[in-house]
Amino acid sequence: MNSEPRVALSRPVADEVRKTTCYMCACRCGINVHLKDGKIRYIEGNRDHPVNRGVLCAKGSAGIMQHYAPARLRAPLKRVGPRGFGQFQEISWEEALSTATEWLGHVRHTDPKKLAFFTGRDQSQSLTGFWAQQFGTPNYAAHGGFCSVNMAAAGIMTLGGAFWEFGAPDWDRTKLFVMFGVAEDHDSNPIKMGIGKLKQRGARFVSVNPVRTGYSAVADSWIGIRPGTDGLLILSVVHELLKARKIDVDYLVRYSNASWLVIDAPGTAEHGLFARDGEGRVQVYETVTERPVPVGTKGARAALSGRFELADGRFAVPSFQLLAEKYLDPKYAPEAVTEETGVAADVIRGLAAEIARVAFDETIIVEQPWTDVNGERHPYFVGRPVSFHAMRGLSAHSNGFQTARALHMLQVLIGAVDCPGAFRFEPPYPKPMTAHPTPHGKAEHFGSDKPLSGPHLGFPRGPEDLLVDAEGKPTRIDKAFSWDAPIAAHGMMHMVIANAHAGDPYPIDVLFMYMANMAWNSSMNTAGTMKMLTDKDPETGEYRIPKIIYSDAYSSEMVAYADLVLPDTTYLERYDCISLLDRPISEPDAVQDAIRWPVLEPDRDVRAFQTVLLDLGARLKLPGFADNHGHPLYKDYADYIVRHERRPGIGPLAGFRGTNGDKAGRGAANPDQLERYIENGSFFSAHIPLEAQFMKHANQAYQDFAVRMGFFDTPQPVTFQLYLEPLQKFRLSAEGLREPVAPETHRDRILQAFDPLPQWYRPFGEALVDREAYPYHAITQRPAAMYHSWGSMNAWLRQIHTKNPLYVPGPICDEFGLVDGDWVWVTSSHGRIKVEIARMEAVNSRTMWTWNAIGKRAGTWALDANAPEATKGFLMNHLINELLPPRSDGMRWSNSDPITGQAAWYDLRVRIEKAEAGAVSEPHFPTVAQPEPEPHPSVLRYGQEWAT
Amino acid sequence: MHPAFSIIILTTLSGLGYGLAAVLGLGLLDPAATATKCAHVLALALISAGLLSSTAHLGNPQRAWRALSQWRSSWLSREGVMSIVTFVPLLVSAWASITEGAYLPLPGLIGTVLCVVTVYCTSMIYASLKSVQAWYTPLTPACYALLAATGGFVLASVFAFAGGGNTRALPLLAVGFLIAAWGTKLRWRERMKSLVPLSTPESATGLGNIGRVRLFERPHVTENYLTREMGFKVARKHAKKLWRLALVAGAIVPAVLLLVLAALGGQGVLPVAIASLAALAHWLGVFVERWLFFAEARHSVVNYYGG
Amino acid sequence: MTTLPALPTPKKLGLVIDLDTCVGCHACVVSCKEWNTGGYGSALSDQDPYGADVSGAWLNRVHSFEVVPEGGEVVGEAGQARIVHFPKSCLHCEDAPCVTVCPTGASYKRSADGIVLVDEDKCIGCGLCAWACPYGAREMDLAAGVMKKCTLCIDRIYNETLEEVDRVPSCVRTCPASARHFGDLGDPNSAVSKLVAERGGMDLMPEQGTRPVNKYLPPRPRKSLAESAHTLPLAENTEGARGFFAWLDGMLDRI
Repeated sequence: MNSEPRVALSRPVADEVRKTTCYMCACRCGINVHLKDGKIRYIEGNRDHPVNRGVLCAKGSAGIMQHYAPARLRAPLKRVGPRGFGQFQEISWEEALSTATEWLGHVRHTDPKKLAFFTGRDQSQSLTGFWAQQFGTPNYAAHGGFCSVNMAAAGIMTLGGAFWEFGAPDWDRTKLFVMFGVAEDHDSNPIKMGIGKLKQRGARFVSVNPVRTGYSAVADSWIGIRPGTDGLLILSVVHELLKARKIDVDYLVRYSNASWLVIDAPGTAEHGLFARDGEGRVQVYETVTERPVPVGTKGARAALSGRFELADGRFAVPSFQLLAEKYLDPKYAPEAVTEETGVAADVIRGLAAEIARVAFDETIIVEQPWTDVNGERHPYFVGRPVSFHAMRGLSAHSNGFQTARALHMLQVLIGAVDCPGAFRFEPPYPKPMTAHPTPHGKAEHFGSDKPLSGPHLGFPRGPEDLLVDAEGKPTRIDKAFSWDAPIAAHGMMHMVIANAHAGDPYPIDVLFMYMANMAWNSSMNTAGTMKMLTDKDPETGEYRIPKIIYSDAYSSEMVAYADLVLPDTTYLERYDCISLLDRPISEPDAVQDAIRWPVLEPDRDVRAFQTVLLDLGARLKLPGFADNHGHPLYKDYADYIVRHERRPGIGPLAGFRGTNGDKAGRGAANPDQLERYIENGSFFSAHIPLEAQFMKHANQAYQDFAVRMGFFDTPQPVTFQLYLEPLQKFRLSAEGLREPVAPETHRDRILQAFDPLPQWYRPFGEALVDREAYPYHAITQRPAAMYHSWGSMNAWLRQIHTKNPLYVPGPICDEFGLVDGDWVWVTSSHGRIKVEIARMEAVNSRTMWTWNAIGKRAGTWALDANAPEATKGFLMNHLINELLPPRSDGMRWSNSDPITGQAAWYDLRVRIEKAEAGAVSEPHFPTVAQPEPEPHPSVLRYGQEWAT
Repeated sequence: MHPAFSIIILTTLSGLGYGLAAVLGLGLLDPAATATKCAHVLALALISAGLLSSTAHLGNPQRAWRALSQWRSSWLSREGVMSIVTFVPLLVSAWASITEGAYLPLPGLIGTVLCVVTVYCTSMIYASLKSVQAWYTPLTPACYALLAATGGFVLASVFAFAGGGNTRALPLLAVGFLIAAWGTKLRWRERMKSLVPLSTPESATGLGNIGRVRLFERPHVTENYLTREMGFKVARKHAKKLWRLALVAGAIVPAVLLLVLAALGGQGVLPVAIASLAALAHWLGVFVERWLFFAEARHSVVNYYGG
Repeated sequence: MTTLPALPTPKKLGLVIDLDTCVGCHACVVSCKEWNTGGYGSALSDQDPYGADVSGAWLNRVHSFEVVPEGGEVVGEAGQARIVHFPKSCLHCEDAPCVTVCPTGASYKRSADGIVLVDEDKCIGCGLCAWACPYGAREMDLAAGVMKKCTLCIDRIYNETLEEVDRVPSCVRTCPASARHFGDLGDPNSAVSKLVAERGGMDLMPEQGTRPVNKYLPPRPRKSLAESAHTLPLAENTEGARGFFAWLDGMLDRI
């Protein structure tokens, strides 16, 4: 029978393919945008792109619906009604920009710190940070403080790099991969590709996560740990490894500060600091000649234990002695931590056993001679194929910094950092803490009409680098780098609105934000935040936060709270650079950066925020943005990307530099650079020579390569800091032994948290509430098909997560007589929510959870007000306060890690009770008006015109 | 399964029409009587109404003619073909009765046979679906055929009382069919209730060897075509009530009324009215039965949707 | 022609889906929607796309199941219940009931490669094929009034305007975890057939007698960490740090 219809098998997909970089989440994958009749026909992964190798996630493929979403803002807006109601008038760009210039110019002239400029899911931080620095306000940061600064800071201070953008598991070689709570919208395609590789090779995948969804669902072994106890689990594994003598002593001696001598002089200002000679060189104890010698002395055989007399008569011990004594303590035995972690002792011991077996019995060799930074030649690379990965699950706790430190310590102890099969650095990392700047923002760092004297963000080496005044009061609006959060390396965006509202440490005039949904899912205490944004000073009748400028591409919840809205483009309508100066996309074997370019022209009166920022910079005549005559230095962001130089020959993009475009890393600006990127698929990749691919922290070939590429001007090898001296400096200040001394109010807290060796303490949010009254944990998980709140305006993605139930463990359901679809009140020490539940067994039995940021405020994102996102969806944020419960003296700490200020989202404790069924989840807020929404169709037939 | 109104109307009305036509084809009514002529018209009207109604649920009714092409494999196509073929003898019979007052045995008997075949084809659309276990039984065509025939005899009784025929034999035959049809339906329903599901979440996912399988999250949160079409659920309590209603309206009421009428004998307005009431009750009963036929049937796809 | 091909098709093109690897990210779901809404046949419409009753036609959906083993190992506060992500699209059955029920001949199984397709010009939208499919693999497009189903991206896999490496279904090309494989399951030497043989690939609802071409690779057994606990060597002297430092000195001597 040959009556089968003929099918058009070889229709061309589209008229044209344009290659750019995705922005549907933070992965920054390469995409091929197929255009047909001027519309997007199809978006697929770019096979040549090093990040995603052709694959693309649900979000990436849904880019079509993001680009054409009715929620796109269409023109600059000026608020005409009261704040928070969404009543706006469309204005011209000229009016918008001159208004902003007037507001900002006044602040810059009178008191620059009265501008708070904070950016959210910003991928242009090297520009926004530079702009803020040139403006001269001390108050700038991106969203890292409420995201993963614990991870980043602990990684950089310990290893010189952390997970994700600083390093990745060696997916092709690792034999045991252990993953701790990971957000599935960060680095998601590389992790999924990596898991695919593990599965193909039969490597073992262990997941530590209270919830067994997503990646954890396919893990060979799952450890359903209690939130906030990962550090204790890790230290117990360390205890077992030490007891079993399963550590890489050679690696420790060579690459860590295990042998560095720590002064043992209690009650003095140098107790616990490293012993240094007259030239400031750290000392080790040489066991053959039996005397202290400087680190790096050729042929020295350094002791790892013992107590030795220094030249000045004081005594010192190798830091490793302190480490071993600490973790061999039976309080870290698996049996001792079982109750707190909820993990059986045999499982902890089994994990330690597997780590030990794979690290030491399944060692791999990469036959490639190399030379270390001490000039020693090695015949090959030794690989300990145990790798780790972690993200917010560890990070978003008030003990997250120390937990992340514990994990990095474990990696170093088994010799599994940047060797074959282990976690490997991605250039320009590793980069020692000492190569990072110290923070700037003290009173002497800024002033009227002048730039800040250095970068806002960095790493204080000790209390002397804190951004505080003579009384110890914070100089930044978010109190980052103050005694509250001394190593707040990414700032503390989650505290800005609360502090500005309270006028503590001072009131501000203009709040300027970009892509940060602070009036909704990006804030703790969401209802309170909305109130703070609309609260007026009864004396003046003015808003307490007088002026709010906000830039976003979509009508998010935050838009309604702005006085001036600067509409951004979609990611397909703009230039961007994914820069090595910012958050790089390199791989362990290659240096990489990328661009976006306008593959479609905007059909609305919108402008790319970066171009707007350059325009504002020029209008404000900021140095670096306007020339001596006040003329703009750059036409737009594309021009800036090509011509801006941070250091001579070092610009935002590393590829195709030099007048011929043949230079990588360092080189003159190339006017054709963007064209070259576009021809190359919008990315640049330079392979690291094999000799330089491993042990980068101590590999001479890599260090030379890094200098050649312009990451550093001189080699910057890293010695892993198991013992973290800067923390001890803070302790000495808290003991009143070292200047500047810590304020009385902060001393206990610093002494408790700033252990120079990784430690575990119960998260504050948990420790400070009645554990009986709030017996359960409540956390969120990131769905793989959504990126934060972005996705609900997307007609395809919202069908996958139209609302979010609260997933309640089976035993709790049984105890409270709950079945799917029942409603409950969930109460924390801060607030309560009423939500629908669903039962789940594959979860820690004390932990309830929901998907993050699915709930939306009625009237936003161009959704109908009765959309399930607004009626049944909910935020856990309402249960979380930005402040911890008051202490006995009435003082309230921020709900953050005491070291880094990282927002402690996951410290939440709750109780649950059955509620009457409801029509809407609570709290429910009044519907906001849509700012001139595009009319949206009742039926969507995307691509019907191409139907055959 | 979703009880679509158009399909319920189709199967109940056309069933009734084919039943009446089949009885007419047997020559059990006086072909010269006005009532019989009306009966012919009614049968054709019911069949036509049912067929027209069936096109209402199509996505592209303008192409409905294409449905005649696949009679070799598709019961739906066979139903379409047979319904058209059946029209020929039915029209001839109707024409003979209306214009000539005559009964033509050959077209009549052919018509009866074709009516049965058409109803059988309709029923086999359902009975051939292994995916709906409740339907996948020879009892399904038996029920359809018997209920159609019953409807035919009950309606024929109305016309008998209106002067078209024997007022004892037809109602008694109708009662006989009522018992047979609802008895068979009862067996059908007992079978359905005692079914061990052919497919389960375990077999649907192949994960049964790991443990008990339960839906955790739907692929998409809101309802979709599949859940609306195949995931329809009726509460057991509700179904029980409806089933009782179907039995009372569809079996007991018409049986009692027709027995009384048969016992009393005679024609006239009152017996016609009572017989019409019986017919109406029966149709209502069959309507409810048909609603339940869909609503209670579980499609294997619900194994993927936590049904 | 709604009769099935008389002879076994020379090729049996289909998918092999690895349930041990699928992380449930929905990448395949959206990529499928995106390709097919502008590809073969009419668009895949969405009803009330920005409203309360949003729904749409999708040819591939990922369900999530929770599987609770009887008497599973209890690890601390978390048992052995597990989540399995489960992508599902048309299985291109050899005995495809959806094909034989079609009254118009719109549904057919290609004799060359076994792909089950709908010729939308012939489809009257009666919905019977969706009823006949035990798997829920067919969905009516409510705007076009025709039945939609997975075409195995027939407009990709033979598309000579695409590079050869891209001539695979959109879902396979995009799957980040490589949990989806495409090939000829009629050829015992094909990569997919070997994978099925090696991993014990299974049919869904074999009792329905549909003989699906697509196969699912079952999740591998999970590995107990507790079982490894005893393999951790106990040092000679496990009391406190003293023995440890003695061992350490020994180690340093050997370096």
